[in-house]
Amino acid sequence: MNSIKNLPDPYAMPIDEIDVSDASLYKFDAWRPYFARLRSEDPVHYKAESPFGPFWSITRFEDIVAVDTNHQDFSSEPAIVIGDLIEELPIEMFIAMDPPKHDDQRRAAQPVVAPKNLVAMEGLIRSRITKILDSLPVGEEFNWVDRVSIELTAQMLATLFDFPLEDCRKLTYWSDLAAGSPEVAGGSVDQEERIAGLTDCLQTFSAIWHERKLEKNSDSAGALDLIRLLQSDPSTEDLVDRPMEFLGNLILLIVGGNDTTRNSITGGVLALNQNPGEYDKLRANPELIPNMVSEIIRWQTPLMHMRRTATRDVEFKGKLIRKGEKVVMWYLSGNHDETAIENADSFIIDRPNARHHVSFGFGIHRCMGNRLGEMQLRVLWEEIGKRFKNIEVVGEPVRVQSNFVRGYESLPVVLHT
Amino acid sequence: MPKITLVEFDGQAHVVEAEVGQSLMQVAIDNMVPGIDGDCGGACACGTCHCFLENRAGDDIDPLEESMLSMRPDRNERSRLSCQISVSEEMDGAVVRLPEFQM
Repeated sequence: MNSIKNLPDPYAMPIDEIDVSDASLYKFDAWRPYFARLRSEDPVHYKAESPFGPFWSITRFEDIVAVDTNHQDFSSEPAIVIGDLIEELPIEMFIAMDPPKHDDQRRAAQPVVAPKNLVAMEGLIRSRITKILDSLPVGEEFNWVDRVSIELTAQMLATLFDFPLEDCRKLTYWSDLAAGSPEVAGGSVDQEERIAGLTDCLQTFSAIWHERKLEKNSDSAGALDLIRLLQSDPSTEDLVDRPMEFLGNLILLIVGGNDTTRNSITGGVLALNQNPGEYDKLRANPELIPNMVSEIIRWQTPLMHMRRTATRDVEFKGKLIRKGEKVVMWYLSGNHDETAIENADSFIIDRPNARHHVSFGFGIHRCMGNRLGEMQLRVLWEEIGKRFKNIEVVGEPVRVQSNFVRGYESLPVVLHT
Repeated sequence: MPKITLVEFDGQAHVVEAEVGQSLMQVAIDNMVPGIDGDCGGACACGTCHCFLENRAGDDIDPLEESMLSMRPDRNERSRLSCQISVSEEMDGAVVRLPEFQM
């Protein structure tokens, strides 16, 4: 799987032909020189032909901030990934809406991940992490992605939705289906399977919604449950009656809380193995964990891009972006922009100002669950430090085929105590 | 130099001397006052420098700041993003309260 297909040398081709939408660049981790060339020679880059149609690439940190904070000129509708949605499943989600509708829906969902609520959740998260770590074999090879990264994030999502813990892998499956279709991100999910799976997701959650509505007054409910929260806000109390919007919000919260954290968990292990000096720093000084978490999230950039669509002809950095054209902000590139981040290609766990990265995006669509993700990673590394001296990577990672999710299918490791 | 009091959510007060023209966010960062993150570096783009300005006058909040503030569950009539407040002589003696959390 890891044999590199014939990827062209980005410096040996006309710059107009560089196509950073090619998911193979990420599958084979070959993207660095492509973006390096764009950032230095053509930071606002137009690709006239691609499997996703023509699109603009925004590659520098400050230009990404400018586009991300200008929702008047750069709309999040109809989609926030490079591909357009297929007709059969016109999912609506607030990440792909503009104000005012966006604001109403996001405001309803946001409190569930407010840091105040997270404090109450931390104990439960820690106990679930502890259980997973204590079940791992020591001195014997296993796939970190499956046993830890996926399991942990799936359990976290189940917690957030108050979803049956024994079925938590369904959430992972739906997330993969939603984020992995070729039309949307260059992935390899079968379209029929996708529609069937997402329909099942909608039906399952609709049933949960109605059950929960019935027990609304019984106050058996935990305080932290996204479904109950949506039910209690006037702007979303009848969301279940708008199935494509309901599904859209579910997908958003599932993908948002799944691929991101999952791949940052794996990415952290890989980064520490590739940078043994940093791993030593961590062992010597666990106080660095919160700062390291930000650095991991930058280094991994689990969601590589967000897309906007120009609402009018816009002159931007000397280029004319025409109304209706796709504008793709490459967060992965912004996070490696030397003009904004010193030694951007290096992984430095005590990096000053580590929070200054673009992985969460900026503006009104900035990642809603960022503090939840950070907390999960922090608790995980605190608990790892109490148990294992070394998580040794013993083989190459297998990476995901996507231009949106920067992720891993597997990472073989051996634990040492 | 105007003196400004920054009060953490738990009540701990920090009196800091601020330079005129500096952003209030930068003042908090420079004085290592906990409770202001400023992830975006002052571009009104992340919302992590939210604060409450006591005796806030009816100053105009620009649409970008308004849109960022509107996402905050704890937003109130004193809410501002401190990166968008430029310190002035008139702020001498001002009291700024910091929120329970940034997000």
